[in-house]
Amino acid sequence: MTAKKATVLQTENLQAFYVLEMQGTQKVVKAVNDVNLQIYENEIYGIAGESGCGKTTLLKTLFNDIVPPLRLMHGKIRYCIDSAEVDVTSLSAEEKRKLRMEFISYIPQGSMSVFNPVQRIRGTFRDFIGSHVSGKNRAEIIESTYQRVVELGLPQNVLDMYPHQLSGGMRQRVTIALASSLNPRIMIGDEPTTALDVVVQRGVIQMLTEIQKSLKNTIILVTHDMGVHANVSDRIGIMYAGKIVEEGTTEQIFAEPAHPYTRFLINSLPKFGDKSMRESVPGSPPSLSNLPQGCPFHPRCPHVKDICRQQMPDFTQLDHDHKVACWLVGEQQHG
Amino acid sequence: MANLLEVIELTKRYSQGNVFDKTVFTAVDQINFHIKPAEVFTLAGESGCGKTTTAKLILGFEEPTSGEIRHNGIAQTRDEKPWITKGVQAIFQDPFSTFNPLRRVEAYFHETVQNFHLARSKQEAVDWIDRKLRLVGLTYPEIAGKYPNEFSGGQLQRISIARALVTDPKLIIADEPVSMVDASLRMSIVNLFKKLRDELGVSILYITHDLATAYYVSDRIAIMFRGRIVEMGSVDQVLMKPRHPYSKLLRDSIPQADPKQRWTTSVTLAELEQQEYLRQGCRFAGRCPDVMDICKSVVPVDIHVEDVRIQCHKYADSAVPSSLEESQP
Repeated sequence: MTAKKATVLQTENLQAFYVLEMQGTQKVVKAVNDVNLQIYENEIYGIAGESGCGKTTLLKTLFNDIVPPLRLMHGKIRYCIDSAEVDVTSLSAEEKRKLRMEFISYIPQGSMSVFNPVQRIRGTFRDFIGSHVSGKNRAEIIESTYQRVVELGLPQNVLDMYPHQLSGGMRQRVTIALASSLNPRIMIGDEPTTALDVVVQRGVIQMLTEIQKSLKNTIILVTHDMGVHANVSDRIGIMYAGKIVEEGTTEQIFAEPAHPYTRFLINSLPKFGDKSMRESVPGSPPSLSNLPQGCPFHPRCPHVKDICRQQMPDFTQLDHDHKVACWLVGEQQHG
Repeated sequence: MANLLEVIELTKRYSQGNVFDKTVFTAVDQINFHIKPAEVFTLAGESGCGKTTTAKLILGFEEPTSGEIRHNGIAQTRDEKPWITKGVQAIFQDPFSTFNPLRRVEAYFHETVQNFHLARSKQEAVDWIDRKLRLVGLTYPEIAGKYPNEFSGGQLQRISIARALVTDPKLIIADEPVSMVDASLRMSIVNLFKKLRDELGVSILYITHDLATAYYVSDRIAIMFRGRIVEMGSVDQVLMKPRHPYSKLLRDSIPQADPKQRWTTSVTLAELEQQEYLRQGCRFAGRCPDVMDICKSVVPVDIHVEDVRIQCHKYADSAVPSSLEESQP
C-alpha cells in the first residue's frame, strides 16, 4: 500500500455508446460515459453496481472488444505491456487477438457458452491454447496446462468430460483455469459467481484469489454482491448509469461510504443478528438511452438539491485513494 | 388441524440409465415438515439438494414415490391437484421466462380471474386485478398493454407475485424468487413477503440458497442437503447457532459486507453431486470436518436438540427423546 504501484491499465475519459439506427431514428445508449480508471498491478479491483448500469459494457471496452453497435466515442484505453504504454484501440485485429488470453483474459458469467457442447473439455483447452502458442513447444505447453487444471484442485477426469456433465461451479472453475492458463497480467471476471450457491461461490472465489496470489497479476471483478467485494476486492469503484460515482479502497468504501447510492448498496444487505427493516434502493436504474439531466442518481436520491438536477458533479478527493462525485460532499467541504 | 401444509415422509426417486445399468438416486428422502398459517418457512440448501423437487411435488407437477402431502389436513390425491384448489400459488425463479415475451402481462391476470370465476364483468376483473397489483406497489394502468420486456426484472418478479395473489391463496410457494434479482432490489421482494404475511396472513414457502435474506424474512427454516432435511428449527436457533456441520459451512460461506470479516479458512467442494447422493451413511461425511466412523455407515435419524430437529451423529448423546417434542405445535 505504501509504495507507488505500477499501473497496468488506464482509461482516459472513456466513452463508449451503443448507437442504434431504427427506421431512420437514432438511439444512443450511453453505457460507458466518461470513465477514468487507473488499475494497478497485483490488485483486485472491484466494480459494483446494479444490472443495466453499464458494468458489462465497461468490461468489454477494457477488454478492447469494441464491435458495432458498440462504438468508442471518445477517450483512450492504455495497457502497460512490459512497462511500455500501448494505446490498444489503435491496434490491428491480429494484434488485439494476440493480447487476449496472453495479456488480458475474460471470465464470463454464463460459463456454459464458453465450451463447445459437443467437444470434451480437453479439446476446448487445446483449441484455445493452440491458437496462441506455436512452434515446437506447443504440445508441451498444452500438456502443462492440463497439469495446471489438476494443480488448481479440479478432478483429473474433468478434462475428459463434456460441458453438460459438469455442475455450474465446476464449469466456472474450469473456465477460470482456462482463462489463467497463459498467465495473463489482467483477468476480467464478469459476475463470475452470481449464479452459484454460497458454498460453491466461496470455492470459486478462493480459487480466483489463489491464482491472483501466485501470478501476482490484476483481477477486475464485477459483481453486484457487495459481500463478495468486501471479501476479495482491494479497491472498489461504484458504477451508476455508465459513470464511476465513487472509488476507494474496500475499507474506505465500507467504513465511510460517501455517495448516497453506495450507502444504499451497503445498507440494503441483510445481516445476521439484525432483523431491522432494510430498504432497497428506491425506484429503478435510469434508462441509459434517456438519462436524466444533471446527476443521474438524482431521481432516486433522498438528499436531492436543485444543483443535482442541473449539473453532474465532479470528483471530490476525500482522502488518499478515495473520491466521490456528489454535490452533497462537495458542499460540505466548501463550507 | 392447524397446519396449512404437512409433508410426511415425502420421497422421490429418479433413475438414470437403462435396464441393464440403472442408478437409482433419491432426490427427496423421507422429509417431514409443516407450515403454519401466516408464517414464512424457508427451505434452504445448495443447488441439487432437492429443494425444487420438493416444490414440484407440493405443487403436484411430479408424483411422489412415497409419502404424503396434506393441505389443511386433507391428503393430496392424484385428481385433486392443489393448484386447482386455488389455495396454493407459485412464483418461480426467472421472471423473464415466467412470462411469454409475445403476450401482454395483463393477459395472465385476466386468465387467472377467468379460470377461477372471480369476476362477473370486465370492470370487476380490472378492479380485482388492480387491488392485487397495489399490494405489490403497482397499479393496473402501469401494466396494461405492456409486454414483459418493458419491465425490469424486479418489477416482473413483483408482477408475478401479484399474479399469484389473484386467487387469494393461503400459501405461496416461492422457488428462488430473488436469485435473478439484483442484490439492491432483493429487499423489495423480501419485504413484500413480510408484508403479505403480516397483513394478509399468507404463508410462504421460501426456497432459497440465500441464507441472509432467509434469516431476515423467515420464522422457521429447514436446511436441506442431498435430499434430506439435516437441520430444522426457528431461524434464530438454526442460523445464529448452527449445529449441523453443513449448516455451519453454509452459514460461514455467506460473504459478509464487512472487509474485516474476510474468510480465513478454505473450503472443500463436492466433486460430484451424484456421488454424494449415492453415499452410504451420512451424505455429508465426505466433506464433514467432524466426521466419525459411524457417519460412513449409518444414516443419521432425526433427533431433537433443544427446539431444533437435526440429523447428525455428533449430537446423538445430547438428544431429547422425540416424544417430548411431538407435543409442540
